[in-house]
Amino acid sequence: MLNKDIQINFAHQQWAHCETGVLSGLLSYHGLNISEALCFGIGSGLFFGYFPFIKVHGLPLITFRSSPGAIFKRVTRRLGIIVESRKFSNRETAMEALDRVLDQGIPVGLRTGMFWLPYFPSHFRFHFNAHNLIVFGREGSDYRISDPVLDEPVLCSRRDLSRARFAEGLLAPKGTMYYVAGIPTQVNLKQAILMGIREVCLTMLTPTIPLVGIWAIDHLADKIRAWPKRLGYDKSKLYLGHMIRMQEEIGTGGGGFRLIYAAFLQDASEVLTDKHLHDLSGKMTLIGDRWREFALHGARICKGRDNVENSYDILSDILHDCGHMEKEVLREIRKATS
Amino acid sequence: MDKKEVPQDKGVLDHWHNIQYAVGENGKYTLVPSSGWEPVNIANYQAWGIIEEGLSQVIEKVSAGELSPLAYHMEKGLMDIALLAKYARLSRWRVKRHLRPDVFCRLPLNLLEKYAKVFNISVEELQKLP
Repeated sequence: MLNKDIQINFAHQQWAHCETGVLSGLLSYHGLNISEALCFGIGSGLFFGYFPFIKVHGLPLITFRSSPGAIFKRVTRRLGIIVESRKFSNRETAMEALDRVLDQGIPVGLRTGMFWLPYFPSHFRFHFNAHNLIVFGREGSDYRISDPVLDEPVLCSRRDLSRARFAEGLLAPKGTMYYVAGIPTQVNLKQAILMGIREVCLTMLTPTIPLVGIWAIDHLADKIRAWPKRLGYDKSKLYLGHMIRMQEEIGTGGGGFRLIYAAFLQDASEVLTDKHLHDLSGKMTLIGDRWREFALHGARICKGRDNVENSYDILSDILHDCGHMEKEVLREIRKATS
Repeated sequence: MDKKEVPQDKGVLDHWHNIQYAVGENGKYTLVPSSGWEPVNIANYQAWGIIEEGLSQVIEKVSAGELSPLAYHMEKGLMDIALLAKYARLSRWRVKRHLRPDVFCRLPLNLLEKYAKVFNISVEELQKLP
């Protein structure tokens, strides 16, 4: 049963995204100061995928980042960090295992469903199962939680937390918990950054399947023009709203992670002392801004303020632009880092 | 995005903020808290509008005796039959059958308790509309 209170001296910091935020928080606690943007870049987070046949609440899967957990795995592998990670089949065992690690004074990362976390604003409580957070203390039957997408640390009851850890459905977390068990004395940051960049260029420019990368952006740009005819106005609006939420709502830092990646390029140019990457960061910022224009126009259509006849054509043009610009910039990045 | 352009449109975030990456005066990226952005608010309200529409349709059907109260609680919890079946650890066809009012009113207590536990409510609450 529960024993004494635990308070780990963990400094909460708010970040844009949950996975990279947790990663940056845990690594900083263990003495490896590394920003969220660097984590995102080293983990090759930048991505685009359009999977019309995979439906989320009846809407096509559109994603701007690589699959949940992938960034975490790549960063820890590329930096040589040892991570203990466990899944569970039983709620009680899972909570006891969490307690045991906390007792040793180690902050723990958890994968949870968002729906069961009571501290979230009600508008975000969907059945989304790949949310990450850090537990850094215990007070009676409550846990101290540093949720990287929130302004400040929060408390969550043992019952609610165990529910969230065993959320069901797509990507069910099955109580997943993880913590840093060892950090190498020497970290080869340069090499890790280069590996991160190369993988992004590879998946975005020469994808293995024709549903991801620049190809998918262009494909979606072609499709979107026909949405009002093919789906009807009401459903097109739904699709658009869904896409805006994927792009801007779920902790993307703006512009579907393109702005985080621009920040990463700045950090990378410092580490690699490569002035050219700094200039390319500026171009990446323009791409992020163009994506945000897409969201702005899309939302106008959702609200019904735009003349529908050609507004989808405008959206299509913006998307083609994004695809074109990303292709150019990624090619230059590839050249600069090869 | 420039640091000065970071939107501060209150809406779905309540009193919380999210972090936006923006370029500061010296051309360097900084993290800027934002209290929301109108396009996101619009898209989020749209999604909840659809959910509420679905819920009011289910309420009508439950009141008309076409569906059991379980259908209401399922819809309220943003679940479909597959997801509810997983939470209740029952097969899908059984959950589907329990959406029928005539079947639901004869359910044994242990099954009712199972569902009540999933939705975090009492058995009495489970058996009626709020």
